Amino acid sequence: MADAVGRHTLHVPGHARQLITPEGVALRLELPLAGERIGAFLTDLALIVATLVLFSIAVALIAWATGGVGGEAYVVIWLLGAFVLRAFWFTLFEASPRGATPGKRWFRLRVAAHDGQRLSIDAVIARNLLRELEFFLPLSALAYRAHDGAADAATALLALGWTLIFLLFPLFNRDRLRAGDLIAGTWVVRAPRALLASDASLTTATTLDFSDAQLDIYGVFELQTLEDVLRRATPGAMRRREDDPLAVVAAAVRTRIGWTGREDDHAFLAAYYAAVRARLERQLLFGKRRRDKLDR
Amino acid sequence: MTQSLRSFRAERERDWVRLDALVTQVERGGVRKLSDDDLLTLPALYRATLSALSVARETSLDRALTLYLEALSARAYFVVYGVRTSATSRLRSFFLDAWPRAVRTLWPETLIAAALLFGGALTGYLLVAHDPSWYTALIPPEMAGGRTPASSTASLRETLYDTGSHNFLAAFAAFLFTNNARVAILAFALGFAFGLPTALLLVSTGAMGGALVALFAQHGLGVALGGWLLIHGTTELFAIVIAGAAGFHVGKALVLPGRVARTTAAAVAGRTAATAMAGVIVMLAVAGMLEGIGRQVIHGDAVRYAVAAAVLIGWLGYFYGTGRRGHG
Repeated sequence: MADAVGRHTLHVPGHARQLITPEGVALRLELPLAGERIGAFLTDLALIVATLVLFSIAVALIAWATGGVGGEAYVVIWLLGAFVLRAFWFTLFEASPRGATPGKRWFRLRVAAHDGQRLSIDAVIARNLLRELEFFLPLSALAYRAHDGAADAATALLALGWTLIFLLFPLFNRDRLRAGDLIAGTWVVRAPRALLASDASLTTATTLDFSDAQLDIYGVFELQTLEDVLRRATPGAMRRREDDPLAVVAAAVRTRIGWTGREDDHAFLAAYYAAVRARLERQLLFGKRRRDKLDR
Repeated sequence: MTQSLRSFRAERERDWVRLDALVTQVERGGVRKLSDDDLLTLPALYRATLSALSVARETSLDRALTLYLEALSARAYFVVYGVRTSATSRLRSFFLDAWPRAVRTLWPETLIAAALLFGGALTGYLLVAHDPSWYTALIPPEMAGGRTPASSTASLRETLYDTGSHNFLAAFAAFLFTNNARVAILAFALGFAFGLPTALLLVSTGAMGGALVALFAQHGLGVALGGWLLIHGTTELFAIVIAGAAGFHVGKALVLPGRVARTTAAAVAGRTAATAMAGVIVMLAVAGMLEGIGRQVIHGDAVRYAVAAAVLIGWLGYFYGTGRRGHG
């Protein structure tokens, strides 16, 4: 399926979940794979470190350029900046309309409220405060102690084990919630991608006369597969290769329904698609949905 | 395609395209960029698209259409139900309403946390007063900073009235990276583990304070130490107590959720606790500034105590007095 910039990307299926909006409609969302979440987090960490480095260079340059006047002030500014950066990076970005930090955006994820209601800023704050506990505090405590030379195997094991437990926490519940997500009532889902203002509905100039028996063979699944084939094929090509999906499908359908006409493959399939779809949609109005050709 | 579906689509396609444009605009630049007109129609378009999605799911076999509507509805949902932050008004409502209210909600836990802290302090004081060798057990050397039972009275007095020029910076750095800030955040976050580590943390922090008081009291500097500690101590200790209370609040919700599901109780408690914690960070910043400025500028014991008392009354009035004014 093409997205708004026309890319046909390979879509790795995530875990399907439903979110009931306050209006009562169930939206289909996907939970990301573990690798996507870890990747997003690592990207965010890398960006924080990079920003911190740039910020330090900038402060040092300014201090150097002004000859170090008011030296204390620069250190205070640097400390403030570093603290704000680490503490508020996640919260401020997740509170934006996109609901995602740059790392999450790269992997096309976002934060949402678990119960479908409005995502509140308090929830965003709570989920990120717990990340302090899960990740930053044990590791910075470990680094602090290592710097002092007081880190022994026990401390390292404790800190790393603590972080590991929280890292694996999402695997033990159904919706892949982190401890912070559990407390805050949020979850991380794949951001819905913008699809093209619908591909033009498959219209066809030719209408062929199919009998009811010929139209009654396939169900919704086959119809949608046929739709896929038609959308990916280029119409109007006179010669097709032997293994072109369109040619293969056209041959199969012709054999199955016993069609002896000599139309172009694409025109034939488009006409057949339109006819089958009209028939199945009419049946839908009567409450009969035929899932596939074996469903009677 | 049946005639009804064709017209269904034709009628609504313009609205979908318009919703798509609005949603893209918000995703890029935020809600502020929309005109008033757009802002009013956005929810209506969103609901219309949702109902079109329901219809399409039931009556249409055009998979491209259904997928398009699914994606559009989901994006519009996130825009309509996104976080509503407008920085200044949110900040204002935080300071005027949300923060005092959160702290007031935590009053039972606050009392428990305060009791644990002072209980720990009393224990530390009594232990060290009875047997000075407890001091090294309670306060690790890197935190004692040269203040040990072996120090002379003169050196201890010096730490109380030090007039070094780097005080403000040291105090500020201390605010950001100090033991106390970490204690506060840890006390909150450990509430997740049902409040027990929080209790231990409060008691041990109190014990450290008590031990320090005992040490200085042995040299007759107890009152002076009180002034030195309490200038920023009233704020800082209050902050630690609130952080512990927030931790207990979350722990209690996990253990005794009442009539709601455990996760729901945890989420509700988490929100109150998070508000209180944001306030704790503000209090720690204020404490850091008081520490730097107060110690550098104020040297008289009586003045230090006066400042400490005034600040404490200020905080108590702010948290527990604001509500009544609101009702009246």
